[in-house]
Amino acid sequence: MCLGIPGEVIEIHPDQPDLAKVDVSGVRRMINIGLLVDDPPVPGEWVLIHVGFALSKIDEREAAAAMEFLEGIGQAYEDEIAALRASLIE
Amino acid sequence: MRFVDEFRDADKAHALAAKIAALCEPGRQYKLMEVCGGHTHTIYKHGLEDYLPEAVQLVHGPGCPVCVIPMGRVDDAIHLASQPDVIMTSFGDMMRVPGSGGSFFDANAEGTNIRMVYSPLDSLKIARQNPDKQVVFMAIGFETTAPSTAMTMLRAAREGLTNFSVFCNHVTIVPAIKAILDSPDLRLDGFIGPGHVSTVIGCRPYEFIASQYGKPVVTAGFEPLDILQSIYMLMVQLSQGRSEVENQYSRVVPWDGNQAALRAINETMELRPYFEWRGLGFISHSALKVREKYAAMDAELLFQVPGVRVADPKACQCGEVLKGVLKPWECKVFGTACTPETPIGTCMVSPEGACAAYYNFGRMNRNRVPEAQVSRA
Repeated sequence: MCLGIPGEVIEIHPDQPDLAKVDVSGVRRMINIGLLVDDPPVPGEWVLIHVGFALSKIDEREAAAAMEFLEGIGQAYEDEIAALRASLIE
Repeated sequence: MRFVDEFRDADKAHALAAKIAALCEPGRQYKLMEVCGGHTHTIYKHGLEDYLPEAVQLVHGPGCPVCVIPMGRVDDAIHLASQPDVIMTSFGDMMRVPGSGGSFFDANAEGTNIRMVYSPLDSLKIARQNPDKQVVFMAIGFETTAPSTAMTMLRAAREGLTNFSVFCNHVTIVPAIKAILDSPDLRLDGFIGPGHVSTVIGCRPYEFIASQYGKPVVTAGFEPLDILQSIYMLMVQLSQGRSEVENQYSRVVPWDGNQAALRAINETMELRPYFEWRGLGFISHSALKVREKYAAMDAELLFQVPGVRVADPKACQCGEVLKGVLKPWECKVFGTACTPETPIGTCMVSPEGACAAYYNFGRMNRNRVPEAQVSRA
């Protein structure tokens, strides 16, 4: 739950600008980017995602490091990705 | 993965170990608390204690959101979920946390409808699909997750959803740190500040630790080298007699935090006069409740909540582990009666809990690296 998962912003929702489609390890899901309203991300930028919300923008280098860290912790990360996969955000 | 090596570089880890060891004053012991459960996880997973001299001890703090939820609140949640026409939603981490009569999983076996969700926003879709049910989100976590609950409430208000509410158990990290600083059980020399919480609240809220208590704080990232670097930064401050707040994780943590997140929390929630923490007892102004303006979304007002205080099981020493007074393996039931499969206490449930982290990774036989050996003068 407290894991921050890096995702690459793919597109901003055309009708709801606080939603964006992100790619997390090949899983594409909608997340909320409303917490970055002061400096909104654009497609191609990376964000750190907590429970469906982008909490901060990060650079690609940090994203790679965070991802390797997550893959290393095993089950907790797999559970998080499975939960993200099942997510219903719209 | 072309970038990762610089965070993992073994040479750098050994070099930091040598630099940390060189800063130890002969005869002095150093106790540094890592507040965040994510850091605890990294420390055990990578055996970071073996990169530190004997004189430098890491103490695990209360920053595991699932671990600090007292049993009474689990019982309250199950009571809420047992009301007619209620669907409760919860993060998966919470499902196995034992209440006095069992966990959420046990309650579901008895007929409650508690569903795991990835995000509080998922609750809104369930609410839209079930207009004849009340959907109650079991909100837990520190300032890392509180903004997501707040944003979900704002979204529900905008949509005019009338069958969504929040059972708010959000807690705030600073009062817990203060309670630990004021506790006579433990003498700490410095703090490794939490990474993700600080993304929201920034580094300023820790300034009192440096100015009033004279202890250094370094906000740290989650890679093994981040943590070693932070310990080095703390040791430099201690060796120079300084106590300041420094930000090792500035590549993610802004000094002033995330203002939009703080606005959302402030709009929808306010401080409770006090809240019970598992192991730490009642702490003033340490948790959030739903603001009166959003009373229609406050499950504690919509339903009767028993609010009965339930003592932890006698055998369980999570409280001492959460305060850093006991190491996980010093608990009487660690690894015998209490395991990740059959947890008695919360510290064994969550992957961020010190006991689960130590159970899974910490028990391997490892040796202190040569650079961390300090010659005894």
